[in-house]
Amino acid sequence: MSADATTVTAGDAALLRVEHLTIRFGGLIAVDDLSFAAQDREITALIGPNGAGKTTVFNCLTGFYKPSVGRFVLNLADGPRYLERMEGFDIARAGVARTFQNIRLFTGMSVLENLLAAQHNKLMRASFFALAGLLNLRSYRRAEAEAVELARYWLDRIGLSDRADINAGNLPYGDQRRLEIARAMCIEPVLLCLDEPAAGLNVRESAELNALLAYIRDEHRIALLLIEHDMSVVMEISDHVVVLDYGKQISAGSPAEVRKDPAVIRAYLGEEEDAELPPIIEKDLGEGS
Amino acid sequence: MAYFLQQLINGITLGAIYGLIAIGYTMVYGIIGMINFAHGEIYMIGAFISVICFTALGLLGITWVPLALLIVLVIAMVFTAVYGWTVERIAYRPLRGSSRLAPLISAIGMSIFLQNDVQLLQGARIKPLQPVIEGGFILTEMDGFAVHLGYIQIFIVFLTVVLMALFSVFIARTDIGRAQRACEQDRTMAGLLGVNVDRTISLAFVMGAALAAVAGTMVVLYYGVVHFYIGFLAGIKAFTAAVLGGIGSLPGAMLGGLLIGLIEVFWSAYFTIEYKDVAAYSILVLVLIFRPTGLLGKPEVEKV
Repeated sequence: MSADATTVTAGDAALLRVEHLTIRFGGLIAVDDLSFAAQDREITALIGPNGAGKTTVFNCLTGFYKPSVGRFVLNLADGPRYLERMEGFDIARAGVARTFQNIRLFTGMSVLENLLAAQHNKLMRASFFALAGLLNLRSYRRAEAEAVELARYWLDRIGLSDRADINAGNLPYGDQRRLEIARAMCIEPVLLCLDEPAAGLNVRESAELNALLAYIRDEHRIALLLIEHDMSVVMEISDHVVVLDYGKQISAGSPAEVRKDPAVIRAYLGEEEDAELPPIIEKDLGEGS
Repeated sequence: MAYFLQQLINGITLGAIYGLIAIGYTMVYGIIGMINFAHGEIYMIGAFISVICFTALGLLGITWVPLALLIVLVIAMVFTAVYGWTVERIAYRPLRGSSRLAPLISAIGMSIFLQNDVQLLQGARIKPLQPVIEGGFILTEMDGFAVHLGYIQIFIVFLTVVLMALFSVFIARTDIGRAQRACEQDRTMAGLLGVNVDRTISLAFVMGAALAAVAGTMVVLYYGVVHFYIGFLAGIKAFTAAVLGGIGSLPGAMLGGLLIGLIEVFWSAYFTIEYKDVAAYSILVLVLIFRPTGLLGKPEVEKV
């Protein structure tokens, strides 16, 4: 049991605490007693070989499945939220945004509309569930203007201002990646979860991404949780690294500490054949149940 | 020529009605990828509600036609919207995430239930309605054949065009429409962006049902009769229209409705009226074989 991650207490001010998370699929243990925290204004990276259970943690965090054991505590200003008890869209409303490994933009919509769709909630509230919108009241028009303004702000940040009206599916790959992050930011989250944001990016795009993530951390002061394979991204921008292997936490700490950790080196280099295993780790059935 | 023109007018009128029903199919399909087989019954219920309303308004002495029409349309839309919401709640939502077959069966069950429900409550006999909008004018007279354009036909086509235009703007411009389109494309992602997917799906059923209620009211005004079984045939034809136009596509549903109406009317006019349904269904078969995505549908892209 390493580092500060497992010493979480009720008074811990971390924005997100993952406590004793265990995820079983039948007899398979995908994540095994994982505990860590993600702080405000920090980028926490979740790394590990293929099949270590990183995406499973994300899926659980965003409500795709319920943990077998453990909980997610999101500490908001008005009290904690227990994410494992909430529906997907409520988790988003609590302020957790995420992206996927593959790009999932609304390709039939314009770039701007993608960003507006993420502000649906706010607009619904402002329009008394569309009543005001249908009547085109001033309050709704103001809310919509604000939504467009926020969208424009993020378009500026990702350099797509002049392409707001083109179809999102027609953007180059790297732009689509950044648009996804912008869209996630449009729900005005407190925690942004990114699943391999640098996948498929070239060196220049990867550097732009780093700058964007650092900007979000420093200017918007939210917590970022990152799954990443690209070590240049991880080492350069993350403040805290949690290393998973076979669903277990094998190391945690600053990037420099983690890099030197023998357990990490072993997981990445020493057992390369095993790293090719399918995403779910097979465990002894007896141990699983 | 005059005969052709007359059939064209009749076909467009019928097509407008099919188009309105077809929108309900296409919206539900677009968002959950399933056919709402109870939608025809919703339309039939809309027709019954409007007959009841017209009769009640007649008893109350409200006979000024525009006011009566407005009241009837609003009441029919509200009631059928509730029916649409209930169908989704009972037949679809509990089965979300199960196999595709399960909600299909429950929707057919719902359809049978609603049919029998109306049959028991309203009786199996045909219910007539006094003509509400009468008259019309003779467009032209050729070869001893007068081309007649009824006010009711003008009303039906006009209202359909207005409703479809409003609806298209609603889907394209408003926030709710955006949420509808977002859910159509990627429900999971929409949910993760804070869109209440369940509510959005309910809304698709509700909006489709409200439009079907308008179609039901129109059919009652046009033909002057209604009975508990009309939902089945009209439902399948509107479904054919939605498939012909490209299921999931709103303009497709409108175009498909128009085409099915025209095909049916022209077939009856120039060939045999007994086989008009066969003509409509043959179109369904041909479309499914040769162009499964329909006229305006996008080819299904495999999601990675």
